[in-house]
Amino acid sequence: MTTTLPEAGVPSEPHEIVSGDLLRFATAGSVDDGKSTLIGRLLFDSKSIFADQLESVEQVSKDRGNDYADLSLLTDGLRAEREQGITIDVAYRYFATPKRKFIIADTPGHTQYTRNMVTGASTADVALILVDARKGVVEQSRRHTFLATLLGVPHVVVCVNKMDLVDYDEQVFERIRAEFTEFASRLRVPDLTFIPVSALEGDNVVTRSENMQWFDGSPLLSHLERLHVASDRNLVDVRFPVQYVIRPQQNDARDYRGYAGTVASGVMKPGDKVLALPAGLETTIESIDTADGPVDEAYPPMSVTVRLADEIDISRGDMICRPNNVPTVTQDIDAQICWMDESASLVQGKKYAIKHTTRWARAMVKNINYRVDVNTLHRDEDATEIKLNEMARIRLRVTQPLFVDAYQANRQTGAFILVDEATNKTVAAGMIGGPAHQY
Amino acid sequence: MKSHVLSQLRSLEAESIHIMREVVAEMQRPCLLFSGGKDSIVMLHLAVKAFAPARVPFPIMHVDTGLNFQTVLDCRDRWVERTGVQLVVASVPEAIDRGLVQEEPNGSRNRIQTPVLLEAAEKHGFDALFGGGRRDEEKARAKERVFSFRDDFGQWDPKNQRPEIWNLYNGRVHQGESIRVFPLSNWTELDIWAYIEAENIDLPDLYLAKEREVVERNGMLYEVNGFTPLKDGETAQVRSTRYRTVGDANLTACVESAATTLHDVVEEVAAVRLTERGATRGDDKVSEAAMEDRKKEGYF
Repeated sequence: MTTTLPEAGVPSEPHEIVSGDLLRFATAGSVDDGKSTLIGRLLFDSKSIFADQLESVEQVSKDRGNDYADLSLLTDGLRAEREQGITIDVAYRYFATPKRKFIIADTPGHTQYTRNMVTGASTADVALILVDARKGVVEQSRRHTFLATLLGVPHVVVCVNKMDLVDYDEQVFERIRAEFTEFASRLRVPDLTFIPVSALEGDNVVTRSENMQWFDGSPLLSHLERLHVASDRNLVDVRFPVQYVIRPQQNDARDYRGYAGTVASGVMKPGDKVLALPAGLETTIESIDTADGPVDEAYPPMSVTVRLADEIDISRGDMICRPNNVPTVTQDIDAQICWMDESASLVQGKKYAIKHTTRWARAMVKNINYRVDVNTLHRDEDATEIKLNEMARIRLRVTQPLFVDAYQANRQTGAFILVDEATNKTVAAGMIGGPAHQY
Repeated sequence: MKSHVLSQLRSLEAESIHIMREVVAEMQRPCLLFSGGKDSIVMLHLAVKAFAPARVPFPIMHVDTGLNFQTVLDCRDRWVERTGVQLVVASVPEAIDRGLVQEEPNGSRNRIQTPVLLEAAEKHGFDALFGGGRRDEEKARAKERVFSFRDDFGQWDPKNQRPEIWNLYNGRVHQGESIRVFPLSNWTELDIWAYIEAENIDLPDLYLAKEREVVERNGMLYEVNGFTPLKDGETAQVRSTRYRTVGDANLTACVESAATTLHDVVEEVAAVRLTERGATRGDDKVSEAAMEDRKKEGYF
């Protein structure tokens, strides 16, 4: 055997139907604010619902004695959820237009809300916040927005929903916009957009509303299609966490030694001078390989294999960066965390496993600085334990150095998870760095 | 200046490769579940790309129901030959002979595959099994993690899933426990087909349309062959058909189609109005909760 390449055929250009890019957005909300209906509407009007799925929804709606097809049934997947009429977990939905493929992380609004919202927002480019036009900005809208900004979601779109129930009144919309903007000014929201919609009637979801001629912005779908997300990515700071060392144990490639990984940030090119951490040794990139051949540059989120000019002892968990632009090397971590475990609380002095990029270590909780009330943003500096769905600022001591950046500057190298060493459960999401918000 | 934006297919590919490398780096003994269907073939193709120029550093396992289309077996063997990957076969007929499982009255071996799969995984000590499941396939799947924890009975508990944040996957397990890993979680059927076309991936020819002798039963078209012979009173007809999924040969229906090339299939999938499971798998129609129940038992 001389090759492990799968195909004799030469890869061709993808079909134009899938030539767009990928946009991930997170939605959050409770049963009543029309979130499921809005998603159902996006899927339905963009023709992403299949005939048999719609048929099943119509049948179930009829069995329940509903007057109209309940589009929220499209998103409530598990039997326990249908029986209890609640949503348990983050659900992922997909739809595509000729411009983009969309991944929706749909998160429920009840008690486990914070954990799910953090999960959904962690990878999102956009957070979609729903506000009921009749109720205005409520506690939950503030909480959603706070979490979205904490998780570094660069774009926030506020859909003022149920405009049909307030006679499509511009004044109602403007009042909510003003109140929301005032609240959001205390947070770091790089891009904030407001759209008046009726998910049930379809106003301003996919097509422009005839009922709200006063609104000169785009309908939701066109806005999502056009949103510029390329510049959200950090293309400045080269960070390449080594994931796996490829050393073929076969005759045809015996001398090959490549460092496989996903580019966390920055743009890497062959010939670039690089620094390997923790070794602290400098070398140059000889080649950036993929199964389709070498490439002339690599940027996030490409998965590539880097070969270096010099033989350096590098293994999984190490980091490749530029000599003049290095992350902080530290065993002391200041971070904002969201606690996600229902069976045990975070307490001072306890030890956990920590995963940061591709590196595992152990971490001890040195201090709980304060707990943040996600509804009022109030800080409680006397807190001694952190329970499920609570947020806190803590200080960790780690058994070996991590190569970190502030989360607000780098969502890859600024993030970590804590894992309970006894149960192996993922118990916390952590975001490294100084206070991101002026609350 | 370059845009530094990856297309959707390259983004999905990069994510899948990241997931596979993560599993190989962290788990003791991974294995890829290979059915011979298009999703498992795409997974194997991605595995080859993830570790090139080295060979795929884990075996593939085929749970052989004894009810395979010959062209699927031929395709499997071509892949094994071409990539040098190690093949493990777990045989359902052999498990029936041993009394591990019993044939079901409706002739479906879909459900009895599960104990055979779990036994083989235990025997080989696999602690991570790659599956080709996608979240767009079915509502219960939409809520499953990429790294999906299974207890020591191989069961999935939808209410007790590990949070999955960023791309920081947690594959830590105790002895006897395992994880199922779904590298294609975020792909849709259209993505899969567009990728197969773009990468020119070798598939069983069942997926392409040709004239087949078929019989219609309950609104579904079955090819007349040794697995699904003509019954008394039925008449066969010749139609241009293809398969959208590949399951047991005695239960998988084909659909009318004129798509004779991969490009035609992409166009057809882009336009089609039925989800693939709803269209051609008799065994998924049993109840709305059918998939959820099977997953809890350890099915993919």
